[in-house]
Amino acid sequence: MLQIIKQILLTGNKTEAPPQPNDAMRNGVQQINAQILNHVGRALAIRHVDAGSCNGCELEIHCLNNAYYNIEGLGINFVASPRHADMLLVTGPVSRHMEIALKRTYDATPDPKLVVAIGDCGCDGGIFGESYASCGKVANVIPVDVTVPGCPPTPTEILQGILTAVSSNK
Amino acid sequence: MKLDDFTSIFPKLPGAMPIWHGTVNAQDLYSLCEQVKQAGGKLVSLWGSDETEKGGHYALHVSLLSIDGMLVLTLTVDQTKPAFPDLSVLFPAANRMQRSVTDMLGLHPTEAGDQRKWLRHSTWPDNVHPLRKSFDMNTRFTPEEDNYSFVTVTGKGVHEIAVGPVHAGTIEPGHFRFSVVGERVLKLEERLGYKHKGIEKRFEYMTLQQGAKLAGRISGDTTVGYAWAYAQAVESATLTTPPPRALWLRALFLELERLLNHIGDLGYLGNDAALAFGFIQFWILKEDLLRMNGDLFGHRYLMDRIVPGGVTHNLDNSGLLRISEMLNHIKHETGILKDIYDEHAGVQDRFLTTGFVAPDLAAQLGLTGLAGRASGQAWDARAQFPCIPYDQLDVQMATHRNGDVAARVTMRFEEIFESVRLIRLMLEQLPAGELSAELGNANEGVLGIGWVEGWRGEIMVALHVGENNRIHRLHPHDPSWQNWPVLEHAIMDNIVPDFPLINKSFNLSYSGVDL
Repeated sequence: MLQIIKQILLTGNKTEAPPQPNDAMRNGVQQINAQILNHVGRALAIRHVDAGSCNGCELEIHCLNNAYYNIEGLGINFVASPRHADMLLVTGPVSRHMEIALKRTYDATPDPKLVVAIGDCGCDGGIFGESYASCGKVANVIPVDVTVPGCPPTPTEILQGILTAVSSNK
Repeated sequence: MKLDDFTSIFPKLPGAMPIWHGTVNAQDLYSLCEQVKQAGGKLVSLWGSDETEKGGHYALHVSLLSIDGMLVLTLTVDQTKPAFPDLSVLFPAANRMQRSVTDMLGLHPTEAGDQRKWLRHSTWPDNVHPLRKSFDMNTRFTPEEDNYSFVTVTGKGVHEIAVGPVHAGTIEPGHFRFSVVGERVLKLEERLGYKHKGIEKRFEYMTLQQGAKLAGRISGDTTVGYAWAYAQAVESATLTTPPPRALWLRALFLELERLLNHIGDLGYLGNDAALAFGFIQFWILKEDLLRMNGDLFGHRYLMDRIVPGGVTHNLDNSGLLRISEMLNHIKHETGILKDIYDEHAGVQDRFLTTGFVAPDLAAQLGLTGLAGRASGQAWDARAQFPCIPYDQLDVQMATHRNGDVAARVTMRFEEIFESVRLIRLMLEQLPAGELSAELGNANEGVLGIGWVEGWRGEIMVALHVGENNRIHRLHPHDPSWQNWPVLEHAIMDNIVPDFPLINKSFNLSYSGVDL
């Protein structure tokens, strides 16, 4: 136990300042109302859905939980069910095998809800595109509020996308 | 045909790794597989190809690992009667690979016990096979009912827990069907294929150059492993030899990828055993390493840094110094954290004896890579079949026989320390020179194989060259094909709440097998 406390003290506080919202990331008709805006500065609950990614974007989403980005410190947390979520963070081109699961997850998320599509594949289908097996971009399957390009986008860019979505009526 | 004759009768493929390829009949295919099994070897991969346009037949390809190296066998399959011998009786790991060949190409294993679909869900009908040349990639179908028949466990008090495809964390999608009594798991059945996005078909619309980018996105956490294996396959087919400096930098990238994944996994394994401290500490370390990668090579995960012919980024003296300092940091921190993990009663209580896979079961089922080495399966291509630069580094393979979560954790610690040692040697001995060589032309019909020991296990890329340096057929193989079925055994008799911990201790790829 002493060793753990010593290591915690030696590590210190690694958390950095969060990025500013970015208007360039806004697109589409955003389904935000005052109720969601109330979440800004309080807990925002996010449900991540991997709809067919290569798993690259997930690596960077995981990093949001590390001490440098400390996303929970900003009042944002990842939840285990869409029924608890204000926002869906969707990665990947949507594989046709995940199309129904993604639609059901969207339907299970209470209104009003936000959808942020993560990565080049989520934005425009990326290298996988559309085919017999892939629906392409997330917006082909469910309405999308904000897109964050990148392969994969950095944690800062993902965080910026999330903050852009929640502050969109400002 | 005798196994010993194989390497003398059939030609060795050009390139970095000891790989032999030959065309055999069905009887010899089965017999050679049997001999490899008896000699303690294993199945690596099994895939099919459509040769009807030029050859008037289909083909089945099997790659096997023996102490001499890799044997790739090709069987000509009749167009009118597309059948091949069932190899799952010899290698249980062949089961899902064979079912995928049936889904994707319409070739059937003769008298196989399990003929259910695997990669196909409801998106295309059962009489349609996307990897046939007559199939257009952009064909669309109206989805039907999936109707997959899970194995049902019956008995007093047995009930099912269905999990996924959308999981409770930031994880790839897949479906797990647990049959339990109380908390105890009697059986787990996996249903994967949710991420199937037509990777193999898409490769067939690409040139050898274009394919490199897609290869780096088969499984994002192994982008270096796949990019290197793909480059090896192209270089074998085009008779290209990359310059020494490029090969050393590739190995540096591969070991950095191993460090990233092992460090990340150790953090999550602590977290899953309720030691959030472990997650915080290891993920600070991982972020430090990612930022170093981004600064030195322009990409946090080193995507697209390995290309056919060489590498895209160089390393200067200040970069060497930066990596060297990072290695000191990683070794120091990981040493402290290993002591804490080892001496933490709560963590050890969760790790020890959990998710046990005995060495004999691991051998029977073909458990491979890191998880295999934790259950006594001593295979590591870096140590046994070392290409440049591993042939000059004397790689020390870590192995254990305990086969539980604790063993897979210890494997990761030991492989981190070994990778730190290897990278130090690479920094000291990095040869000067060019970063890439110009690619030659590849003849149509040539087979190139890439084979790399990724952090999870062996990555294989099989490239069948088409006209004008285009891809006729490409099959990437992830070690997760072998290890997913073993996870079903590892969870047996454990309690449901230990599943996330056991699953994480394997950390298998969904994208890499759903393709």
